[in-house]
This record gives sequence, structure tokens and C-alpha cells, in this order.
Amino acid sequence: MTVTGSPVSRTARRPLLGGRRLPLHWIGALPFLAYATLFLLLPTGIVVVGAFLGDNGVTLSNVTGLNQQNIGNSFISSLALSAVSAVVGAALGALFAYAVATGNPRGLLRRIVSSACGVLAQFGGVTLAFAFIATIGGAGFLTLWLQAHGIDIYAKRVWLYEIPGLVLVYTYFQIPLMVLVFLPALDGIRPQWREATESLGGSTWHYWRYVAGPLLLPAFLGATLLLFANALSAYATAAALISQGNPIVPIAIANLLTSETGFAQPGLAKALALSMIVIVSVVMFLYALLQQRTARWLR
Amino acid sequence: MTRSRRLKLRVFRAVVFLVMGAFFLVPIGAMFEFSTRGVGEGAPRTLESWTTIATYPTLVAAIVASLELAAITSVTMLVLLLPTMIWVRLRLPQLSRVIEFICLLPLTIPAIVLVVGLFPVYRWMATNVSDSILTLSFAYVVLVLPYTYRALDAGLSAIDVKTLSEAARSLGAGWSTVIWRVIAPNMTGALLNACLLSVALVLGEFTFANLLSYVNLQVEINQLGLANAGVSIAVSVASLLFAFVLLMVLSFVGAARRSLRSRPRVRDPRTDVLWGQKA
Amino acid sequence: MNWRYQIRGLGVAVAALLMVAACGGSGTTASIWTTATSAASDGGMDALVKAAQAEGTLNVIALPPDWANYGAIISAFSAKYNIAVNSANPNGGSQDEVNAIKTLGSRGPDVVDVGMAVARKNTNLFAPYQVSTWKDIADSQKEPTGLWFQDYGGYMSIGYDSAKVPAVSSIQDLLGPKFKGKVALAGDALLSNQAMQSIMMVSLANGGSADDISKGVEWFHNLKAVGNWVAHKGTDSTVKEGDTPVLFEWDYLSGNHKKDVPTWKIWTPDGAVVGSYYAQAISKTAPHPAAARLWEEYLYSDEGQNYYLKGLARPVRMTAMTTAATVDKAAAAALPVVGGTPVFLTDAQATAATAYLTANWAAAIG
Repeated sequence: MTVTGSPVSRTARRPLLGGRRLPLHWIGALPFLAYATLFLLLPTGIVVVGAFLGDNGVTLSNVTGLNQQNIGNSFISSLALSAVSAVVGAALGALFAYAVATGNPRGLLRRIVSSACGVLAQFGGVTLAFAFIATIGGAGFLTLWLQAHGIDIYAKRVWLYEIPGLVLVYTYFQIPLMVLVFLPALDGIRPQWREATESLGGSTWHYWRYVAGPLLLPAFLGATLLLFANALSAYATAAALISQGNPIVPIAIANLLTSETGFAQPGLAKALALSMIVIVSVVMFLYALLQQRTARWLR
Repeated sequence: MTRSRRLKLRVFRAVVFLVMGAFFLVPIGAMFEFSTRGVGEGAPRTLESWTTIATYPTLVAAIVASLELAAITSVTMLVLLLPTMIWVRLRLPQLSRVIEFICLLPLTIPAIVLVVGLFPVYRWMATNVSDSILTLSFAYVVLVLPYTYRALDAGLSAIDVKTLSEAARSLGAGWSTVIWRVIAPNMTGALLNACLLSVALVLGEFTFANLLSYVNLQVEINQLGLANAGVSIAVSVASLLFAFVLLMVLSFVGAARRSLRSRPRVRDPRTDVLWGQKA
Repeated sequence: MNWRYQIRGLGVAVAALLMVAACGGSGTTASIWTTATSAASDGGMDALVKAAQAEGTLNVIALPPDWANYGAIISAFSAKYNIAVNSANPNGGSQDEVNAIKTLGSRGPDVVDVGMAVARKNTNLFAPYQVSTWKDIADSQKEPTGLWFQDYGGYMSIGYDSAKVPAVSSIQDLLGPKFKGKVALAGDALLSNQAMQSIMMVSLANGGSADDISKGVEWFHNLKAVGNWVAHKGTDSTVKEGDTPVLFEWDYLSGNHKKDVPTWKIWTPDGAVVGSYYAQAISKTAPHPAAARLWEEYLYSDEGQNYYLKGLARPVRMTAMTTAATVDKAAAAALPVVGGTPVFLTDAQATAATAYLTANWAAAIG
């Protein structure tokens, strides 16, 4: 069709309404933004505004109420748990994904693993907690079998029902999630990269350190970020394993929203949710910085 | 590829699959073992918990509702997210971080709190639009955004979107052709994974449906599980198996359409094995 | 066709649809039963039954089938009056129930069964109603205008699997070596009324009082120190699996484990009997007001109260029914025996106990 008489631009847009250029690009993003506004940003806004509302109107007491010892401890535990399970899940998941990616892309094994990972990535809550209790809990069959062979894994304390146990249980859904979101990136590895490295005299280490690694790093970091946020907001599994105290933030939020002993404080719960958004925003900002520095040389 | 490298890769794959297989299957095995226990010490094993599942007719309606929700959510997600992501990559790169943050937001807020913000929206919808369970798909699309965005993003970064789209456009293709007939077929792996993630999420979702008082598969399973301990675990394992079979079927459907075209066979330099050429 | 135009057109269509839908919202017609304060006031039981059957549905919430025999009660009610019962969120707590009233509007619950603390705090959400058997309920167990009224109660007990642990005859037995990694609560102390009352019972058994829960917190601290404490809550599954063979629970709930574990026994310490009643209330914004009131009438009839009794819970009209000989004698005889005067926490005592727990529980068992 026609192109206007103006100098060549990188984006050839069709002129509308007699040749005037309107910034129509933004309309392309409009459906998604409209949907996100109605079903995501609006509810989030309601929660955020609720954090600043008390019994008598606007108040900062919910936000200042965050400054308590046990809530501070919950945050530290939450962040530690999320960071460790994200890194462990990302590393192990990447290895697993690589093992899958190097197989037949249309083979049965790949299908089985992808489907199983899809199911397991969303498997959580009371059932997952029970699965682990039945395996290595106090009366779990693995615990009893180890005890019969003289190894008592709970000699000092029952770590399954504390943060270390949560890390183990979280990896159960973090690894499959990593496999599913990282596999497409691994599929993009071209055999030419390996050939080029070898023809230049590079070893396997050189290949991973200087060629494939940096090319995969953006996707890897993005997936790790996802795993971090996934672990941070996971509630049901932790609640079934550790149901005393406020060990992590989502449990603290649930306690404040649904306490039957009459001590429900929805305002403080929303303030906690707001702080979680702030934390993830900060982590995303750091992640964006990291992406910029490591992907500078990529197109 | 050298013989030693091929051998190392084979050993690596075998070890990884064995270790991961054990790690993931053992807890499920423990659940299955528990669900077959009889009542009381030394009682014989029984499949009673499993056969009880078949005696609940309400389960069928819940399964159907969840399947419908899964279909609507996946399709809506693809139609909403894929064109937007491609468009942002090509024309609005300054918006990419915003989209990334929006797509991470549903995961930063625990579901129990996010549903608090959704109550007013759903209350309005119940009286003015519809109070059918299918309205849950609006919320589910939001819930799957984090996972599917990552999968699609990984797929998009592995192909050269700009060149493909410019080539197609210069040959006269409209945007819908570019998106659905040029770019999408090059990222079938990512599309499939995104669909697997959203179907699995919808089938496994409990909190939203429960708090908004709708009966989906997991809510019905929870109801069933209150009968006794054995049934609750048996029905959870059954739901995992059901989701697994469904996802397997889904992965074959995607493949069947691709394999209609014939492919030359190529030796894969990474592993020195003969595969059909990748789409 | 230009993709952009297509999307814009679609967007306009969706917006138009939403606007039309928003304008055309149908209002619900109010029924006379929305504000009825007793069956007699609006035509008696027959009129109530007819109106309820016309509504055809009842929304209940947080009623697990094996909690005080609610499964049987719901089936019986549904069969007797031909009214479908939607049972939502069975594992929900009392706060979840009032949250549902506040947030779900026309899809919310018609009636709620809540703990006393939540009932007292949320009377603004309830509609007053007096069942036909109102005078059989003691004055201390109901709100004068009928905003809430107690329905059943029980006593805190310790249930244990006699095949896995030795018989329990004193609370200090639980600190012994045979109970390593075996003792659990049935909920989070800060979240669940049941857990808080468990700690109160332990406090009473250790020389504390209804005003002082600190001895209980100390005892649990010792329990953790000797390694007998299991940090997650006990459920049907963990009891059957053997993970939590000793569980603090209401006696009527503890009885349910017998079907999974035939060797399950229930024990209450002498002189440390903590009791608690739950309360019924009708939602002011109930979508099915007549069905809601009919449900209450059913629960407080002899039939309903005997169903509670069969579930090992003590119905609120038990004294009156025993006098009138309408009580189910076999079920009454099966109730767990308790020694000593039961203690019922007042609102102030419950608040003080929860405040103490909020400040000290995490540190004690952390």
C-alpha cells in the first residue's frame, strides 16, 4: 500500500486520516493492559488502599505496625526460604532441563517429563505436605527404614517442620517449574555454537562459560526470579507443615485475615501484602539491572 | 561429537533421570501406599478408598467445570498474551519491563489476599453479568500470567522475532498472519509449555474457587476427602494422575498437527543422534 | 484486514457489552422472611416451610461432615424439606464465615456456625431470630434479641492411639520419653479457637486459671524442649498415618478418629475441664431468608439436637430434653465422661488469653 513522502523510518506505519501520524502502536498493547487493569491492578489497588485504611479512615498505623519483632523475623525467614529454594530449584531444574533438552524433541520421554513437570509444578498445599510427612516425617517410611539401619535423621530436632524442611519441600515444585519455563530457552541452543567453539579450539568449559552460558543467562535469571516470587507467596504448603507461630509472611497474613480468636486485623494483613509487593519490586529492579549488564552485548 | 563426550552425556542423562525420578516419585508412592492401608494395625491392604471415588456423581460435574475453565483460560491467555508480547518486542520495547512486572504481580501477592481485592469485582459480576463458575476464568488468566509469560518469553528470545516479522510483512502478511502463522509455529515448545502450565494450574487451583464459593475440581476433591483420611489421599493422587494424562494428551495433540508435514532426517551434532528436523 | 482495527473493534464491542450489562442489573425482591424474628410472627411453621421450599436452596459454610454430625444433619434436612443445601468451604474457620457474609453478597452463606468470640464481634451482620424452642436455651447461652444463640458444645480432650503410646492418666505423662515427637495441636494457637482452648486446658491442669494461660504456654515450651512436640497441626490423615498419635481436640471431634484408628482413646484431665459452645446466627443479607430460618428451627428441634448428640457433641437444649425425656438415651450414654466442673471462658478471658499468646507463643515454641 502507499507510504507517505516522509524519510524512511524503521517502522513503516500506514497513514490514517489523510496522512497524519498518530501513535497507534500503543493500541496493540491496550487489550492486555485493559484486562490487567480490571482483574489485576484494580484488586491489587484495593488491597494497597486497604493497607492505609483503619477503623476511622486513613491511617498509617497498619504500616507502622509492621515494625514488630516477630514480623521482622517472618520477613527474614521468608526471604531466606525463597532465595535458597529459588537458587537450588533453578540450578537443579536447569540440569534436569538440559538432560531433557538433549533428547529427542518429539520423543515419549520428553512428553512424559513435560507433562509430569506441568502437574508437579502446581502440586502443593496440604497434599504435598502430607506426601513428605508420609515419606520422611516422624513416622514416615523412609525415616523408619533409616532408623532400622541406625541412622536417625531427627536426632537433634525435627527439621522437616522448620525452614530447612520447607526448603526441601519447596524444591519439589520449584524444579518442575524451572524445567517448564527454561526448556524453551535450551531448545534455542544451536549446534553451530558448539561447532564454532570447537573450531576455534575451545573446550566444553569454554563453550559453557563464554558462549552458551551468557546466551542463556537472561532466560535463567528470569526463571530464577519467577521461582523466587513463587516461593515467597506460597502459603498452603507451609501452613500444613508449620502451623505454629508466624514463621513466614504468607502465614502471618493468613493469621491476621482469618483468626477465629477475634484478633483478625485485615488492615495489617494488607500492609504485609503491600510490603511483599515492595520487596518483589526491589528484587525485580535488581534483576533488571543484572539483565542490563549481562545482556548488553546481545541484540 | 566425540565418543567420550557422547558417553559423558549419556551417563549424565541417566544419572539425572534416575535421581529426579526417585525424588519425585517416592513421595507419590508414599501417598499411594497410605491410601491402600486398611483400618487398624496389621489390617490387610485394601483398594476401598479408591473404589469410593467412583461412587460420587458430583465429581463428574466438577471435572467438566474445571476442564471448561482450563480450556477457556488457556485460549484467553494465548490470545491475550502472545500478540501483546510480540507487539511489545517489536514496537514498544520500553513497555517490556512494565509487562514483565505486571506478569509477576499475581505471584507476589498470596492468593488469600488477592482474592480480597477480587471480591468486589466478583460481587458486581454475580449480579450484573453472570454468576456461573466460568467467570472464574477471568481470575485464572491473571493467575497463570507469571508462568506463561516466562515460558513464552524464553521461547521468543530463542527465535529472531524481528527478522521473521519483517520478512513476513514485506511479503504482504497482515499482523494476524505474522503472529499465528509465522512466529507461533516457530515456538511450539514454548506454546505447549505455557498451555501445560495453565491447564495444570486451573486443574489444581483451590483457594480462589473455595473463597468465592464455586465448586471446581479441587473444591469437590476437598469435599470428598472429608469422608476419611484414606479417601482424601486417594482422590488427591487420582487428581494428579488425571491431570498428567490430560497433559500427555494435550502434548500429543500439538504434535499430531505438526507431523502432517514430512521431515528430512538430520543427525543432531549435539548428541550425534538421528532426529526428524525440528519445526 | 488491519489487525489493529480488529482489536479496536473488539475492544469497543466488549466495552459496550459491559455497559449494557451494568445498566441492566436485576434487583432481588425482598421476602417478608428477611426481617421475621420468629416463625409465629409471619404465619407459623407451615408458612415458613412453604416459603423455604419455594426458595429451594440453602447456603451453609464451614460445616465439615464429621464435625458434630453435620453430614447427617444436612442430608436429613435436605431430604425432609426437599431443599438443596450448598455446603461451601468446609475447612473454613469462624472468621472465614463472617468474611464470606461481608464479601460474597448474593452468593454468600445464609447461616453461620461460629465461635463465641467471632459471634460477639460481628452482631451487626446478623438478623435477630428466636426459634420456637427459644425458652429451652439458658439466658447465658443466647443473645437476648436472637442475634446469636448457642447450638452445641464439648469439652477439650486429649485423644491418643493406645496402640502407639502408653495410656495417659495425667498431663505430665505426655512429657515422658515414650511420647517423643508424638504430641500435636489441631490448629495454630493464634488462628484457631480450638488450639487456644487446648492451651488453656493444659494451663488449668498445671495450676493456672481461666485468667492465666501462661502455665499452659510454659508446659508446651517444656514439651518442645524434651522433643515431644510436633510443630504441624494434626489432621485425620496424620492421625491415621501415625505421625500425630496424641492430639488435643474437642471431644466430639476426637471421636471421629475411631473409624480410622480402632485403638483411639479420649481422655480429659480431672479438674481441668475446658468447655466451649458454638453459636448459630442468621445473616442479615441472607439470599434465602426463609430457608435460613427453617434450618434454625430444624437444628433446635428435638430431631436436630439429637443428631448433634449422636455426633458426640452436647446440644444446648440437653437439660430441657432430658427433663422432657425426648433426648436420645443411647447417644447420651456414649458421651465422653468428664470429671470436675467445666470452665467456660468469658469474652474478656478469651481476649486476654489470645493477647498473651500473641505476645509469647512464638517465642515459647520457636
